[in-house]
Amino acid sequence: MTLNRRTFIRAGAAVAASLSAPMVLGAGKPRVVVVGGGAGGATAARYIAKGAKGAIDVTLVEPSRTYYTCFFSNLYIGGFRDIGSIAHSYGKLASDYGINVVHDWAIGIDRDAHTVSLAGGDTLAYDRLILSPGIDFVDGAVPGWDITSQNKMPHAYKAGSQTELLKAQIEAMPEGGTFAMVAPPNPYRCPPGPYERVSMVAHLLKQKNPTAKIIVADPKPKFSKMALFQEGWANHYDGMIDWIGSDFGGDAVEVNADEMTVSIDGEVTKVDACNVIPAMKAGKICEMAGITEGNWAPVNGHTMQSRIDENIHVLGDATNQGDMPKSGFSANSQAKVAAMAVRGALTGSKVFPAKFSNTCWSLINTDDGVKVGATYEATDEKIAKVDGFISQTGESGELRKQTYEESVGWYAGITSDMFG
Amino acid sequence: MRIAVAIMILWAVLTGAAFAEETATAIGDPERGQKMFKKCKSCHQLGEGAKHKVGPHLNGIFFRPAATFDDFKYSKGMYAAREAGLVWDIDGLSRFIEDPRKTVPGTKMSFHGLAKEKDRHDLLAFMRIYSDNPQNIPEAAPTAIKVEVELSPEILAIVGDPEYGEYLATECTTCHQSSGDFDGIPGIVGWPQDEFVIAMHAYKLKKRDHPVMQMMAGRLADDEIAALAAYFGDLN
Repeated sequence: MTLNRRTFIRAGAAVAASLSAPMVLGAGKPRVVVVGGGAGGATAARYIAKGAKGAIDVTLVEPSRTYYTCFFSNLYIGGFRDIGSIAHSYGKLASDYGINVVHDWAIGIDRDAHTVSLAGGDTLAYDRLILSPGIDFVDGAVPGWDITSQNKMPHAYKAGSQTELLKAQIEAMPEGGTFAMVAPPNPYRCPPGPYERVSMVAHLLKQKNPTAKIIVADPKPKFSKMALFQEGWANHYDGMIDWIGSDFGGDAVEVNADEMTVSIDGEVTKVDACNVIPAMKAGKICEMAGITEGNWAPVNGHTMQSRIDENIHVLGDATNQGDMPKSGFSANSQAKVAAMAVRGALTGSKVFPAKFSNTCWSLINTDDGVKVGATYEATDEKIAKVDGFISQTGESGELRKQTYEESVGWYAGITSDMFG
Repeated sequence: MRIAVAIMILWAVLTGAAFAEETATAIGDPERGQKMFKKCKSCHQLGEGAKHKVGPHLNGIFFRPAATFDDFKYSKGMYAAREAGLVWDIDGLSRFIEDPRKTVPGTKMSFHGLAKEKDRHDLLAFMRIYSDNPQNIPEAAPTAIKVEVELSPEILAIVGDPEYGEYLATECTTCHQSSGDFDGIPGIVGWPQDEFVIAMHAYKLKKRDHPVMQMMAGRLADDEIAALAAYFGDLN
């Protein structure tokens, strides 16, 4: 753009408007709307409200009254947690932090008018919008499967009734039956998640149905913590799990939910329970807002602002941000950077350089926990990895037990960090 | 009988002799116990001038009922154990050290326990040297917390910015609960600032074991560690 007098004046007016924005909004308090009440959205809402001490109106839009964490839902499948222990309510966010919690679906965003429309008919105005909608599935990603198949072949990748359904189906398998998983291609929510799930299914079957078999069709040649999982599978579930990577046809999959069959590289197998985890994309509201490129919403790592609309911050699984994995821990970490940036923009509070971290714990068997983690910083291009670590194969049983106990501590920590 | 045992142990330690008189039954090896106490001393002080830190000081602990210091805030679990009559005799201490969370559910002590009876008894033989009851031992060698890393006075003198600390602390509270509750990951609320700084530098220099903490501390600058210490030290 050449800078002529007219555009200069317009640009100058825009700068003046944005600088004086907090003052102009002084008529009412600045308004933040957060869409999605998971690890990103709930944390962001809580930290903005906590830090602003009433100076910002915070509204959290989340359709579910009870939130089931995706993290630790595999432990429910394995019998290490009951479903109630991964259920959380939004009561404290309303009562202790003054957040206006609205249980409704966001169905549209008008970026010019700065409004969010809700399925119930209401419209919410915002000065800053935070989108943390998690993931949706790519249509047609697994031939033969669509969302209408999810009761016969659950994805269980949004926790709650889907997780309960999958567990019930596994428990109902006939003696010596077959459980199949169709694993997702990169990038997807919770990289070790499918493999922790395989471990938990094996743990469950070993007790209830020890002659049952597990087949995993994977479109990838390798996966997160692969050496650790394969070591654990050999140690605990020898001969039970058949993992078929893309090198062996795991990427040529078709399912038939009515017939309960899975075809892998042309070979059709009758299965008794089937977990289809399709390819993923940002939660649909990002696409509706027009802030996606490809399947994900690109963001600026310094502030988690959308690269397409600076009044919108995007968090967690829905983003394309760089090196961080899509995890609840990452979303929680990103939410704190966004909360700081939003408060800085709306109330002038101090803004510090963005720091991020992530650790993913996985349980392979009773007291056999492993973990992988890294720290990250924001560069102009992306969120870039600084340092990292991973559990080693051959670790002592005592260390693995400590790692598991640490994961239980982390669960208590992050959920109180999200929900108060 | 217990008095005699304690005196025997003391005498053996003070003279440097590592043997037990035929007539006395030593509860354990205090020299080995002294080495084992390294596991405890990041939180507990013992010896001359010992003060409450993350955990209460342990001078004179033998035969004292649980949770009796008015100037230390125990976990609810520990107060409940006191109500239930827990006394720190050898058996009570041994059971607690064997599996802290099983013996006192809800304890804030983030220690996995010593499964081996010999380990517990060696540790107790050492701790018992610092109990006035049954024997007053004023000359006991101080075992104040040994600095795990050598830090320059400049680093220790940095005054942390609690506001910056509050932001940095948001990374900690994903695992370490801001309420100070403990569920498998230690509480760090109210940790004395100097000890916080030393511990974090020890992680940063990889002299304390824990891959997550080594990584987290590894990228914190000196002023950031000071800021975190200032924030958590004042948090209730």
